[in-house]
Amino acid sequence: MAEPAKRQPPSVAPLAGLRVLAPLARYALRVDLAVAAAAAAAAAAAGAGAGIMPLATAVCRASQLRDWHALWLGPDEQLLLGPAAAGAAFAAAVGNALQGVPHSLVDVSHRQGALEVSGPAAATLLNAACPLDLGLAATPVGFCSRTVFGKAEIVLWRRAEHAFQLEVWRSFLPYVHGLLTLAAAE
Amino acid sequence: MLVIPCPYCGPRPELEFSYGGQAHVARPTAASNPSPADWNAFQYERANIKGLHAERWRHIHGCARFFNVIRDTTTDEIVRSYRSGEK
Repeated sequence: MAEPAKRQPPSVAPLAGLRVLAPLARYALRVDLAVAAAAAAAAAAAGAGAGIMPLATAVCRASQLRDWHALWLGPDEQLLLGPAAAGAAFAAAVGNALQGVPHSLVDVSHRQGALEVSGPAAATLLNAACPLDLGLAATPVGFCSRTVFGKAEIVLWRRAEHAFQLEVWRSFLPYVHGLLTLAAAE
Repeated sequence: MLVIPCPYCGPRPELEFSYGGQAHVARPTAASNPSPADWNAFQYERANIKGLHAERWRHIHGCARFFNVIRDTTTDEIVRSYRSGEK
């Protein structure tokens, strides 16, 4: 009986501008933005939760507060990214700041991994499988959004003109990494 | 590919969306004492319009919101989009 042909991964050189980032702490925050902003302001005024919680209030933009980034994903949905070691303390502080506000804060640190795509050809490379307009006019620095990359759903975040961070669910990471490597080889 | 204007995120490629069927199909209320024919109409009867069609889309690979789009079914031209609950 003939052995079924095994698919070999194509041998291509590793890509300089593509790297897997170190683990991060990630939280999915669902909350009414206007209410949360008011609560944060009230907490800051009371001197309790001053400057704890980053909130991205502009559509499809990220905002930063010290080590933590908030990515706007939807009208009531934020993805909070920060250093892996500080996760638990941060979650407790945000929980305090949002006391009395209906919200959900879920630890999704291990749900996804991060890829960084950088270099002058980064946008061209991503456009191999991502249908977004990656010109600076449509997606300026700080732009973030859920979108698709090939068959996988990703969160795309433009950190600089030529540097993107991709948040990819773990099981899709090898696929996205492989597709980027293949696209770069072409 | 269609470029669909999401009322939350702005114009995005069609790949990020999923289709939700005809818009403004109201579920019969219990107070109206619906007959089987009313339920049949709610479940199955659709307009199949040639021309301007109000339909639901969901920005599933984006902000994940449902919203409504007025699309011309003959030319695929999208006239406008608006949030659920708006006119």
